[in-house]
Amino acid sequence: MRRIISVLLENESGALSRVIGLFAQRGYNIETLTVAPTDDDTLSRLTLTTIASDEQSEQIIKQLNKLIEVVRLVDLTDGEYVERELMLIKVKATGSQRAEVKRTSDIFRGQIVDVSAANYTIQLTGTSRKLDAFVNAISEFTVTEVVRSGVSGLSRGEKALAL
Amino acid sequence: MLSGADILIRSLQEENVEHVFGYPGGAVLHIYDALFKQNRINHFLVRHEQAATHMADGYARATGRAGCVLVTSGPGATNAITGIATAYMDSIPMVVISGQVQSHLIGTDSFQETDMIGISRPIVKHSFMIKAATEIPSAVKKAFYIATSGRPGPVVIDIPKDITNPSDLVPYEYPKDLKMRSYMPATKGHSGQIKKAVNMIMAAQRPMIYAGGGVIQGNGCEKLVELTRTLGFPITNTLMGLGAYPGTDKQFLGMLGMHGTLEANNAMHHCDLLLAIGARFDDRITNTVSKFCPQAKIIHVDVDPASISKTVIADVPIVGPVEWVLSEMIDIVGQVIDQRARGHAEMLASWWEQIEVWRSQNCLEVKTDTTGAIIKPQQVIQALYKFTKGDAVVTSDVGQHQMFAALYYPFDKPRKWINSGGLGTMGFGLPSAMGVQIAFPEEQVVCVTGEGSIQMNIQELSTCAQYGLPIKIINLNNRALGMVKQWQDMQYEGRHSHSYMESLPNFVALVEAYGHVGKQVTNIDELDSAMEEALAIKDKLVFLDVLVDPEEHVYPMHVAPDGSMRDMWLSKGVRT
Repeated sequence: MRRIISVLLENESGALSRVIGLFAQRGYNIETLTVAPTDDDTLSRLTLTTIASDEQSEQIIKQLNKLIEVVRLVDLTDGEYVERELMLIKVKATGSQRAEVKRTSDIFRGQIVDVSAANYTIQLTGTSRKLDAFVNAISEFTVTEVVRSGVSGLSRGEKALAL
Repeated sequence: MLSGADILIRSLQEENVEHVFGYPGGAVLHIYDALFKQNRINHFLVRHEQAATHMADGYARATGRAGCVLVTSGPGATNAITGIATAYMDSIPMVVISGQVQSHLIGTDSFQETDMIGISRPIVKHSFMIKAATEIPSAVKKAFYIATSGRPGPVVIDIPKDITNPSDLVPYEYPKDLKMRSYMPATKGHSGQIKKAVNMIMAAQRPMIYAGGGVIQGNGCEKLVELTRTLGFPITNTLMGLGAYPGTDKQFLGMLGMHGTLEANNAMHHCDLLLAIGARFDDRITNTVSKFCPQAKIIHVDVDPASISKTVIADVPIVGPVEWVLSEMIDIVGQVIDQRARGHAEMLASWWEQIEVWRSQNCLEVKTDTTGAIIKPQQVIQALYKFTKGDAVVTSDVGQHQMFAALYYPFDKPRKWINSGGLGTMGFGLPSAMGVQIAFPEEQVVCVTGEGSIQMNIQELSTCAQYGLPIKIINLNNRALGMVKQWQDMQYEGRHSHSYMESLPNFVALVEAYGHVGKQVTNIDELDSAMEEALAIKDKLVFLDVLVDPEEHVYPMHVAPDGSMRDMWLSKGVRT
C-alpha cells in the first residue's frame, strides 16, 4: 500500500543522502520525495511516498529511525491526514484549443500562470490522484512538459510532527 | 590555541585511546606529525590499510572498547572499506579517521581524492565530514559515543588536509557533555513486555534459548548464564555468540545454524518457546524462514529495534540492552520459579530426554583416517584445544577452517572467539589476532586459518615482526578453497571451478623470510608434538602449516534450498 512518511531531519549536509542511500541499499522504492527547511532552521522536513507492505513499512520506519540525523518521523497514512502536491504543466494551445484547455483547467481549479502565443502553463494543486486525473483529462492536447513537487502532508487535528 | 592535527590527537587522548592502527600518506601527514610529538598514543604501522581496520576490530572484540584507525585519503580510505564493512556487519565499535584532500580541491578529482563519506555510507553507523578544526572535538566525542553505545558499529571521521594545518591555530576545548537530540539508544527494556515474556517462559514445555553476539557486545554473558542455569533450559549460541555461554556446560547444545549441531538445530526446530537474545535470525541460522521453528512462540530481546521482526516475526519483542533485560528477567523469574506448575519439571525432563537422544548421535564425531596417516582438519583443532587447555583467544579467517574451529574448540568465556561472522571476510584472521595480541600481550593468541585466507593479508607477517607479536598461526592447508570446493562437490557435481590453488608458496620458507618460525606437519603422528612445541614458543610468531585431508567436508550442514532447521546433511550422502 502507498505510504506517506514524513521525517524531521537535522539540516546538515549529507543527511539527505543517508535517507536516499538507505532506500537504495535496502531495496525500498521511493515514488516521490520532497525536502526543504522548516521554520526551525536546524531542521529539514522530508516527505516521501513509497509502496510497501505492513512488514516492509515497519522495517523502513525502524531503519530510518536508526539514522543518526533523523530526529523524528511519522507514517501519515497510519492516521487521518491531508496531502497536497503541486504540478506545473505546459500545454500546447492554439485556436479553439485555447478555450478548451482553459475550461478543463478551470474544472480542476487550475491557474494559468504563464501564457504565450501557443502555450499555457497551468498550476494545479491537490492530491496526487487529482493531478493524475488532470493529466489524463488534458491528454487529448499536446503536453510539452510536466513538473510535480512530490507529496507534502500533515496529520489532521492536534497531532503534529514537531520537537 | 592548537592546530587541527594537535586537536585531533588531544581529542583521541581524551577518549583514552591507547592504540591507533594506521598507515600514513599525503592527506594525514600533519596528523602523523602531531602523533610523532606525543607519547600517550601508540601507533601501529600496518602493511595494508585493510589490516589496520581488522586489527582495530580484533582489539575491539577482545576488549569491548572502540578500535581506532588512521588512514590517508583515496586508496588509503578505500583499502579500509572491507574492514569497516566487516565491523559494521558484526556490530563492532570502531572509529576510523580518514584524511581527505584539501577543502578547495574537493570535487575536482584531485590526486588521491575519493568521496569517503559517500563510499562508506552504507557500511557505517554514522560519519562526520569535518569543515573546521573547531568541529573536531565534538565530532570525536560523538564518534566514540555513537560507535560504542546502543548497537555498536563503525564511525568514520573524514578530515580535509587544510583543517589539520599546523600553522592554523584555533581555540581548543574538549566537550564535557554530549547532547544529541536525534540519537537516544534504549537504556532499559519495557517491564510489561518482560513480565509477559517470563509468563511464557514459565509455561513453556519445550523451551530453547538462542543467544548471539549481542550478548557479548552488551556484556550480558554473566546474566545469561545465571538465567539459563536458574531455568534449566537448553541453550545454543550463534557463531558470533560462542563463549557467551560456557561451551563445555551440559546445558549447552553447541552452535546452531547452517553448520550447527544436530542437537541444537533439532531443539530449535521442535521447541515451543524460543528465547532469542542479542541474535538477529540471520539467513545462516534460519534456513528456510517459512519453516523456521514452526511450533514456537518467539521472545526476542535486542537493543536494536530494527533487528526485531525483520526476518522472523517476534511474538514478544523486547527492545533494550540485553544486560538490563536479563537482570530484570532474573528478578522476576526468581519471584515466580517456585510456583512453577508441578508437572513442569517432568515436561522439562522429557524435553531433555529427547535432546539427549539427539546429542547421543554424536554428530561431531571425527572419522579418522583408516591408514592412520592423513590429518583430519578437526583433529588439528582438537589438538589445539588440548594444548591450549581451551583457554586461548582464537581468531579465524573464513571457510571450512572457521567452522571446524567454531565446532571443535568449545569456548567457556566470551571475547575468546574472534571471527568475521556477518561479512565473512577472508583475510580477517591474522590482523585481528594482531589487534588481540596488542590488547593482551600475555594471552595465548592463535589464528586458525587456511592457505586461501592467510594469503589475503599475509603481508602483515612483516608488521608482526616489527612489533614482536608472538601469534601462533595454524594453517589448515588442504590445497583448495575448501568451503567453495565443498559446495561444488555437493551442488555442482564436483566441478571444481577455480577452487584449487596450484602454486602455493612454501609457507615455512615464507614465514622464515619474515623472521618468524615455520614448521610443516604432514603426518598425524607429528601433530601433537608439533602443536605442543609451537605453542610453547612464547616470544616468537610460529606458523604451523598443517597439510590436512583435502576431501573433508564440514558437517552437519543444512539441506538447502527449502530445508528447515532440522534438515541436515550429517556426512557425505547421509542426511536427517
